[in-house]
Amino acid sequence: MSHNTLFDKVWDLHKVVSLPGGSDQIFIGLHLIHEVTSPQAFEALKDKNLKVKFPSRTVATVDHIVPTDNQSRPFKDDLAEQMINTLEKNCIKHKIKFYNIGSGNQGIVHVVAPELGLTQPGMTIACGDSHTSTHGAFGSIAFGIGTSQVRDVLASQTIAMNKLKVRQIWCENTLSNGVYAKDLVLHIINQLGVKAGVGYAYEFAGPAISELSMEERMTICNMSIEGGARCGYINPDEKTFIYIKDRLHSPQNINWNKAVEWWESLKSDENSTFDDVIKFDASRVEPTVTWGITPGQSIGINQKIPSLKEIHPNDQFIAGEAYEYMGFEPGQTIKDTPIDVCFIGSCTNGRLSDLRVAASILENQKVAPNLKAFVVPGSEKVAKEAKGEGLDKIFIKAGFQWREPGCSMCLAMNSDKLIGNQVSASSSNRNFKGRQGSPSGRTLLMSPAMVAAAAIAGKVSDVREFIKK
Amino acid sequence: MKDNFQPPLGKISKIAGKSISLIGDDIDTDRIIPARFLKCVNFDYLAKSVFADDRKNLKGMHPFDLKSNEESSILIVNSNFGCGSSREHAPQALMRWGIKAIIGESFAEIFYSNCIAIGIPCYTLSKELIKKIQHHKSEHNLFLEIDIAKSEVKSDLLTVNLGIKESAKNMFLSGKWDATSTLLENTNLIDKKMNDLPYLKFNNKYF
Ligand code: SF4
Repeated sequence: MSHNTLFDKVWDLHKVVSLPGGSDQIFIGLHLIHEVTSPQAFEALKDKNLKVKFPSRTVATVDHIVPTDNQSRPFKDDLAEQMINTLEKNCIKHKIKFYNIGSGNQGIVHVVAPELGLTQPGMTIACGDSHTSTHGAFGSIAFGIGTSQVRDVLASQTIAMNKLKVRQIWCENTLSNGVYAKDLVLHIINQLGVKAGVGYAYEFAGPAISELSMEERMTICNMSIEGGARCGYINPDEKTFIYIKDRLHSPQNINWNKAVEWWESLKSDENSTFDDVIKFDASRVEPTVTWGITPGQSIGINQKIPSLKEIHPNDQFIAGEAYEYMGFEPGQTIKDTPIDVCFIGSCTNGRLSDLRVAASILENQKVAPNLKAFVVPGSEKVAKEAKGEGLDKIFIKAGFQWREPGCSMCLAMNSDKLIGNQVSASSSNRNFKGRQGSPSGRTLLMSPAMVAAAAIAGKVSDVREFIKK
Repeated sequence: MKDNFQPPLGKISKIAGKSISLIGDDIDTDRIIPARFLKCVNFDYLAKSVFADDRKNLKGMHPFDLKSNEESSILIVNSNFGCGSSREHAPQALMRWGIKAIIGESFAEIFYSNCIAIGIPCYTLSKELIKKIQHHKSEHNLFLEIDIAKSEVKSDLLTVNLGIKESAKNMFLSGKWDATSTLLENTNLIDKKMNDLPYLKFNNKYF
């Protein structure tokens, strides 16, 4: 059992009571909601004649269904309009803060909350979305919940949950040039497998993690769930505090020092124990690309797609399905795979630093002919800051479309979709069958820098050959 | 949707029904219910869209389209079933199609708790025994009877113990698997937490 880790401390602090049957009742410090998983929860409250217990602890935005080309209301898609409308009404009725389109603070919920200073160390954060793990980058315990639990949080500000085990993932050394947080996390998931994290919280630590910026740390924690872990976190440090300072909802004035002092005390102790520890050498990670239909099926850019023999017996069935669906042969290289669509965005890699890196590669370059490339900033704030730096112009000049913020083709609930069996190079987090809107569409996950390189070359390429010296 | 759909209510001590096998590891929530069907403000019409893309690709040969599986209610799956998103639409779609319990090698965590929250017990069983059930050949689908208190499944083929979280089992037996009321019993303690948590003191209200 783990002891004195940040996870243990935060869990104990938020534990209301042990419930009969073995789970704990956990207080949720910050509840984030969006249009897809909340309407049925509000409906259930109505059925049970319940109120939102602490409306001041819930914050809403809209992201999954928003169109990224024309956001004028009513939306062209009636169902999308109905969903945003329902959220608007629910927020007004229950007095919940809603950052709507045009507020300057709308965007993907996991991009928005940190930007606003809502996400802070030591909190428990829940949202009806599995990538809530993102917020763990700040040393909060953050996890996705289903709609019934959204209802529970609205009604009681608590949920029933079994305590997780804690696995430390220690990353030695540093990432080499042209290798990013996305590559590291894809590599970790590949090595451990997509179900290794079930029942665990992942603590990411070590020199390679300390060195990452807050945005990169969010990329790592974001994908904890792809490794099966419901939450992932990183102990807060000076970088964390600098990021949070002076944001809209961060502690102000005299409260700031009190907050920092408390945050410092939350870190996993020197003598903390973990359920297990796994070590990685970050310096050995290459730019990494998925070739299959789970985020665990990835290889380094210069490696070959593994044959069944090279794959663990437990993973052979899904590997067989992946070859067939993706149209790849074992032993084939991933490099030079022709690409039809390039997508830069999502809660994994749709932040300012992601757009900066991609733009630095695209500067004075052109997207390959017949390739569709588009960039969807993670939030209105990201879009504004990127424009302030002129990044939009670099993208547009290179041949990318510059879109309005939202989830977009990460899950294709709006009109941004793959067609037929198109292949996308995508900075998002899931390459599941059909994920990007076409039942036979194929997704290759990679870092935003690698997507930019693929856009220029029209095929999967090693971004290190594109980095300007 | 089955016209007579009724969500489960109250104590559940036994679930009996025909099995339906779905073979494959890591079957994710995007496959169970593709994202385009999430555009809804209630769960009522999800049944017909369950596995929509897989079913389309298999042109009538998907287990959820086979005539022999029409009345089945106990789903037999392999490992890491339900990985991916937190969308409760996935278990809701299965439930509305007619699934009352799931037996599998392993489940993704959020999917598992979503199932429990809406009244679908999920049981674990070894790879070998799952295989035995999935590859059982006979004229009729295997009829299974699950005894919740004993965590046991009975059938002509085999009678074995199943794995389930103690907390989940107790919820079904006591009828308290609707968590909201249980949680609200501790209102005083919740209020106390709200007053005590350090960060709620040094943060301003959001609204
Ligand atoms: S960007 Fe993708 S993964 Fe992130 S919240 Fe939106 S749909 Fe989910």
